[in-house]
Amino acid sequence: MNKSQKEQYLREYSILKAQGKPFFPYAVAKDALMACVVMACIITLSLVLGAELGSKANPTTTTYVPRPEWYFFFLFELLRVIKPPSLVPLATIGVPTIGMILLFLLPFVDRGPERRPERRPIAMFTGIFVICAMALLTYEGANAGSPTAIEMPTPTAIVQAGGQTLAEFEAGKKVVAQSGCLACHKIGENGNDGPGPNLTHIASRLPRQGIARTLVNPTAPMPSFKNLPPQKFNAVVSFLSQLK
Amino acid sequence: MPKLPAPPVPAALKAPPPRPGDGNGKATPLDHAAEAGISVVDWVDERTSLSGAARWMMFRKVPKGTNWFYTLGSATMFAFLSQAVTGVFLAMFYKPDPSGGAYESIRHVTNEVFLGQFVRGMHKWGSSVMVILVFLHMGRTFFFGAYKYPRELNWLIGVVLLILTMVMSFTGYLLPFDQRAYWATIVGVNINGTGPLLGPYLSDFLRGGPEFGAVTLSRFYAIHMMLVPGLIAALIGAHLYLVAKLGTTAPPWLKAEKNPELRKAKA
Ligand code: HEC
Ligand code: HEM
Repeated sequence: MNKSQKEQYLREYSILKAQGKPFFPYAVAKDALMACVVMACIITLSLVLGAELGSKANPTTTTYVPRPEWYFFFLFELLRVIKPPSLVPLATIGVPTIGMILLFLLPFVDRGPERRPERRPIAMFTGIFVICAMALLTYEGANAGSPTAIEMPTPTAIVQAGGQTLAEFEAGKKVVAQSGCLACHKIGENGNDGPGPNLTHIASRLPRQGIARTLVNPTAPMPSFKNLPPQKFNAVVSFLSQLK
Repeated sequence: MPKLPAPPVPAALKAPPPRPGDGNGKATPLDHAAEAGISVVDWVDERTSLSGAARWMMFRKVPKGTNWFYTLGSATMFAFLSQAVTGVFLAMFYKPDPSGGAYESIRHVTNEVFLGQFVRGMHKWGSSVMVILVFLHMGRTFFFGAYKYPRELNWLIGVVLLILTMVMSFTGYLLPFDQRAYWATIVGVNINGTGPLLGPYLSDFLRGGPEFGAVTLSRFYAIHMMLVPGLIAALIGAHLYLVAKLGTTAPPWLKAEKNPELRKAKA
């Protein structure tokens, strides 16, 4: 906006304002009614849905799938959509940061005098696109539950080996299924394909020590599992190192 | 003395004006109470001169065409106030002790304290309501072009409020210290750690060290109940000051009627 456009706007606005009504009581009455609606919503939600409390936090097991509050689902889903590891920082921090920077820059980029939505096609298109994208990602994120069982058949070689090997494999399968790994990894038919890599054939990529090292000292966002009891930990490593 | 504008109530509900001879000129107890109220206000005003500010805030005009979308900002503020009040009640019981005290205190509130679960539910669902309202309010200001001259600064303050609201929900999520809170927050902090440049420092700051440990919970608690709410309250003050100073936008499709004759005819 140049100087004359600014003056024109201020002049026009002062007329509209002079024709308006006083804030008190007209706007205050509307605001108060809206406040009652908000209060009614909060109270209803609280009465109907209550406040649950899961089991106590326990660093040695994760029987709960790590899941953020629903309004962060879109970020988590973004992680799943953006696969290559080199782009992960972009997805996790990059997109929100860039989004915030764009919001900060908006009034300095879009300085035209036009305010009517139908005459600001670029702004409207971008706004509606962002809203749709966030809604879609939230929806997908809400539906991406993670299973707590692995239905992979035990390989015949292991069944034949029997004994210790078979027991460790089955125990490891159970721990992995219960430990929220499937929220981020796909194993066989189960789990979400991302943000972590598919683990169905992890042993052909990573030796046993490598897997153990990853579990103790993983790359973010994977949490560290070094507090698992040694027995469970070994079972997990044995299970994964059989997935050729 | 400027006259107060009449409240917009239907004629049937308006109190009838006093008839001549009512009360025979004697002051009723109600009149005395009103008198006392007025002198208290006068006493405070004589020493603070606040009435000018109140009048400036309350009796400014809002432009014509202002509709229900303009209530979203104050609705957000109301949700914030509700969070503040319910939060104070929760803080009376909460112990930021990761070795079991935190979980135990929330369990105590939820299961044993009178109306505890209700207040906790209000705080928990109120956070969702507030996030939704912030986004709706931002959408309103965006689609109405309210971020343009002269309200750019108010938009910037708004973006900071949006970020702080998200920080509130992130830090609050850990406090119950159940499995969901614990693991989701570990992953969340790790995600912060993957950020370029500042990422690792940010996650170290949040954890209070390289490990998710005893300090982490009290750090989240302090951020959640003192640092960020204080910032939000202060910024809402600045936001509202600018709203009153600059006035709220008129809906963008309204054109002022320049000709005073036409303006009268329309009104
Ligand atoms: C929050 C999501 C998340 C959870 C939960 C998670 N991981 Fe991961 N994991 C990842 C990501 C992301 C990577 C990739 C890191 C990288 O690119 O270096 C990864 C990598 C791995 C790797 C190395 C894969 C490779 O190809 O190098 C293994 C092995 C692994 N995870 C096992 C597990 C196990 C076992 C569990 C459960 C006990 C688990 N993960 C839980 C996100 C997760
Ligand atoms: C805690 C969060 C917030 C509160 C309590 C709040 C409160 C308010 C209130 C009460 C108004 C008066 C007009 C109206 O209600 O529409 C307002 C106006 C405004 N807000 Fe907010 N707001 C918040 C967040 C935001 C955000 C996230 C943005 C955008 C990034 C924003 C941008 C604006 C702008 C530009 C105006 C001027 C609108 C106009 O003049 O028409 N606010 N805010």
